[in-house]
Amino acid sequence: MDLEREGGRGANQLRPIDCSRNVLSRAHGSASCSHGETRVLAAVYGPKAGTKKNENPEKACIEVIWKPKSGQIGKPEKEFQMILKRTLQNICLLNVHPNTTTSIIVQVVHDDGSLLPCAIHAACAALIDAGIPLKYLAVSISCCLTESGKILLDPNKLEEQKMKAFVCLAFPSSVHSVLTEGSINGIITSLTHGVMAGYTFLTLILDEYFQCVEQGRAAITPLSNILKKKLQSQSAE
Amino acid sequence: MAATSGVHDLSSEMEVDAFRRLFPLRFHERHLLESIRPDGGLLEKLETQPLCLTMLAAIKMEVMTPTVEAPEEGCIGLNKCLSGMIDLKELCLVGGKAAWMVYLDIYCLDADGALFDAALLSAVAAFSHCKFATVQIPVVSLNDDGRIVLVSEDNGGAKKEKEPVNKDKRKLKLNSVPFSLTCILHKDYILADPTSEEESIMETYLTVVLDSSFQLVSFNKPGGPGLANTSAIQKPTDLVTAELDSGDCVTLTRQRVKELQKILNETISDMEVD
Repeated sequence: MDLEREGGRGANQLRPIDCSRNVLSRAHGSASCSHGETRVLAAVYGPKAGTKKNENPEKACIEVIWKPKSGQIGKPEKEFQMILKRTLQNICLLNVHPNTTTSIIVQVVHDDGSLLPCAIHAACAALIDAGIPLKYLAVSISCCLTESGKILLDPNKLEEQKMKAFVCLAFPSSVHSVLTEGSINGIITSLTHGVMAGYTFLTLILDEYFQCVEQGRAAITPLSNILKKKLQSQSAE
Repeated sequence: MAATSGVHDLSSEMEVDAFRRLFPLRFHERHLLESIRPDGGLLEKLETQPLCLTMLAAIKMEVMTPTVEAPEEGCIGLNKCLSGMIDLKELCLVGGKAAWMVYLDIYCLDADGALFDAALLSAVAAFSHCKFATVQIPVVSLNDDGRIVLVSEDNGGAKKEKEPVNKDKRKLKLNSVPFSLTCILHKDYILADPTSEEESIMETYLTVVLDSSFQLVSFNKPGGPGLANTSAIQKPTDLVTAELDSGDCVTLTRQRVKELQKILNETISDMEVD
């Protein structure tokens, strides 16, 4: 069954991505990222002296504030904050500036699906703009599963609501990282929503989930090249 | 390396407890090398009941007017993991006017790591209990003003023109019950069902939620300093020998699901006897 997507996109086709740095003059680093209609603005302030109360003073502390497009900060925003914070903890070199706090403020400008990947890209670009040392870039993608088991990458809001299940993944971007640890093939973050098929007698593997991971990973390389090009072209100015 | 040998010398002089507090990561790593855990349990052995972790779950039901989008459905004020378990249409009383709203309160009495697992288990247990208990969805009827009123047995003398809306005390039907397992990833090791001490030191954790038919309800790894390889999540199995390697998170979760199901069923049937 050939699924018709809005705008005639293929199942593996991503929406046009745009990323620009240094959009705010007062912040230490800032970036704006858009995936199709979804737009997110991120600003970085830091490193500032001192960590928060319960945090480990031997490492840098990362604080994320997530501002929704409208309304007050509620539970979904707090969840996003926690996920983004832990994802950024993975990519930042936390031992370089111990006992400091870096604040990242994320403002949702428009949400048309794939909000978390867009926010991760914006936050990474803002961290680059601020000059915070990173191990590697995080590249993120979301995919959804239709009832028939087909996988669609980068869904928009309407598609997200109609789907059986939804996965958001973040991977480390390139092989050239500062720390040459064993495998840079892992998954930084993975979130699922909705029920996916599990074990059948033929395949004892979580088929659908791993298919999403494979397709996501395949789409990551061109995506990370695009992002790097956008970020590089600005710094050359 | 000089540094670690220095620590080893020190450790032979120091008491175990002191070493545990001063160098927590090294303390745990030395245990990992021997494939055991500080409390003597095996790395991958799952505690059938969380050791020092107790939770209390209570379910309250209240009548409310359903939302405009879903006039035939009731509401469960929480988690996405549970929404697959209960058919919301069961909670409907009068289409478009009234439905049950279920409040689930979970109190943590004693916390020692893996809070999400325990909370989910206690919520599931509470809903299962809801199914067998004698006090089930109470019988109510529609009042003159259009409000829902509880029908009690003492109303024998009153006029019984209004038919109760749900005559029989129904049981709450559960579809597929979710069970979860939290694992910590540290370098090449997987620790299942961590205590809070282990959680505070090794910060990368992931939670797998499978339901009773082994479908994946949720796979949650919210970042954290370590990366998860797909082999840590699930090793491909050799279908010829049909041997399942126990060293991956999903297989551990499967075992956990079986154990928990057994325990839950036993407990519920014990309670039914009372």
